Amino acid sequence: MTPRTLFDKLWSRHVVAMRGESTALLYVDRHLVYEVTSPQAFEGLRLAGRTPWRRDTVLATADHNVPTTSHTGEIRDPLSRMQVERLGHNCREFGITLFPLGDRRQGIIHVIGPEQGATLPGMTVVAGDSHTSTHGAFAALAFGVGTSEVEHVLATQCLPVDRMKTLYVDVSGALPRGVTAKDLVLDLIRRLGVAGGAGCAIEFGGDTVRGLSMEGRMTLCNMAIEAGARVALVAVDAVTLDYLKGRPLAPRGAQWDAACKYWRTLVSDDGAVFDARLQIDAGALRPMVSWGTSPAQTVPVDGHVPDPRDEADPVRRAQMQRALDYMALEPGTAITDIRPDRVFIGSCTNARIEDLRAAAAIARGGRVAASISQALVVPGSGLVKAQAEAEGLDRVFIEAGFEWREPGCSMCLGMNDDSLRLGERCASTSNRNFEGRQGTGGRTHLVSPAMAAAVALAGHFVDIGAEA
Amino acid sequence: MQPFTALTSHVAPLDRADVDTDALIPKQFMKSIARTGFGDNLFDAWRYRDPGYPGKPQSAREPEPDFVLNRPSCKCAQILLARDNFGCGSSREHALWALADYGFRVIVAPSFADIFFNNCFKNGVLPVVLPTRQIDRLFADIGDGRKDYRVTVDLAEQTLRLPDGEVLGFEVDAYRKHCLLHGLDDIALTLQQADDIRAYELRRRTLEPWLFPA
Ligand code: SF4
Repeated sequence: MTPRTLFDKLWSRHVVAMRGESTALLYVDRHLVYEVTSPQAFEGLRLAGRTPWRRDTVLATADHNVPTTSHTGEIRDPLSRMQVERLGHNCREFGITLFPLGDRRQGIIHVIGPEQGATLPGMTVVAGDSHTSTHGAFAALAFGVGTSEVEHVLATQCLPVDRMKTLYVDVSGALPRGVTAKDLVLDLIRRLGVAGGAGCAIEFGGDTVRGLSMEGRMTLCNMAIEAGARVALVAVDAVTLDYLKGRPLAPRGAQWDAACKYWRTLVSDDGAVFDARLQIDAGALRPMVSWGTSPAQTVPVDGHVPDPRDEADPVRRAQMQRALDYMALEPGTAITDIRPDRVFIGSCTNARIEDLRAAAAIARGGRVAASISQALVVPGSGLVKAQAEAEGLDRVFIEAGFEWREPGCSMCLGMNDDSLRLGERCASTSNRNFEGRQGTGGRTHLVSPAMAAAVALAGHFVDIGAEA
Repeated sequence: MQPFTALTSHVAPLDRADVDTDALIPKQFMKSIARTGFGDNLFDAWRYRDPGYPGKPQSAREPEPDFVLNRPSCKCAQILLARDNFGCGSSREHALWALADYGFRVIVAPSFADIFFNNCFKNGVLPVVLPTRQIDRLFADIGDGRKDYRVTVDLAEQTLRLPDGEVLGFEVDAYRKHCLLHGLDDIALTLQQADDIRAYELRRRTLEPWLFPA
């Protein structure tokens, strides 16, 4: 048989019927739903008199709008409150499982799916959110969709999808000190550009990726979308299976054994042909910091803010200048001289237990700098929070002067009360540094959790990779 | 869905690459549970000098005169011209609801972000991909967008007719074209294949029974 890529295997297993040459009606195994992109979809169902095709595949929670100070009592903002309440109402009406506020299982959808074993290898996973690519870390074909597609999947369990091109990113070598999966993916986006992976399914492989924990692999897949990719994938191995064993929604007993047998085949065959390949030498990577307003505008922490005059392409040059103006940065400034006002540790990119451990390891025994007005730690889910507290990480953060919060998307996009004020600068472990993303006029620098913690203590970016 | 066949309109030139959906409709407006009413806040942070929030009356807003949509000639434009990777970032369909509610029916760019591109067709908006060379030329012809520049877009013919009479062709997927021309509801079409879906589920259940708990 001709060798097949992991993508090919997942794709062909889910084709219900073809629609034209390269578009297939794909079957969806898991649908994650949250409050912002679903109300109009449920309303559409209601107006058409339709019901969900398979309720048992849907899992819902509120994450974007929720306050992080307390999950008890009423949400103050009436519009946020209405969206969260509407989700509860819709889930009750259509018989969908919801993890409401106050439930320990509530959290960011891309954190709770894997955590519950709701994301399994070989599945197709969709959500009305672009970072659904995260779930590809489990060799699931996972991608974000719009609200009309949310409605389509609810009503039919299927979605017409265009076949994607495949890109294999082979990462080899040991990650240097201070360099994490976040830095690896920021470096990849810098190489590819924000559209370099357009419409692609990127598979990450190589010994570096094999050596990452599931948390690290999720960080990689999460941000692949920022290079334009639709889907990210990592093949199944022992790390995948170990993570899933015993999760509430993972199969058990004889079914677990049967599942593992199938899941182990979810790798690209030797000799499988990809549309493109890219080689990354992990040993050459440095801790990364974004300087601009696109996730491709990053430099190593020991570098400098670039000069638009060095850019030959006029459109890119104008874009760089615009980014510098927005970020209030001068070309040539050493990155380590930039002084953020706030620090945010959280989001579906970096709010899992391993991320909090990495940040706590730096924060331990330290003190948040006087110039940092707020250092926020927001766990990705209630269960991550409970785990961190069991390990005493909350004490480490609180004693160092960080704020320890309830789970949610929080300052990743500031739909709740956690947002930057005009002109404020933030070192953030989230995934987007677009204009206004963390608050109107706010300035975002994307970094790893370890870097964010180091910035909180030092008051400026720090070369955490340098030998002490 | 509103069908799209053909239209003639002024073109609004938005000379920026990587326009993201956070810029198209800032997050504070995504708290709505409706599909309508987003047009006033399209490009809110670029279009107004004052910070916008849901429910702020239009009379209290201070337009940014330099922003392209605030030029008199562009006020009624139904065609938006943009650069590479238009609609990148978040999957929010609110970006399309805002564009469509404002009145845009066609977006012309060298490339689009994937989810955004899909969302266009669900909302009766036609995304037209043209080679960079032709996009450069359109921007040059339109200039700052102050003069009249009317283009006719014909979906059936798959053409753009420029003011000087030149005709540019574009590609569009046959299935999507069909749906857009007739304003077809995607879900109804898929439900016509309900038997295929059930047959698929039966096959899958024997292969991966753990995905079909009783
Ligand atoms: S944490 Fe940020 S990127 Fe992730 S789902 Fe929430 S808002 Fe989106």
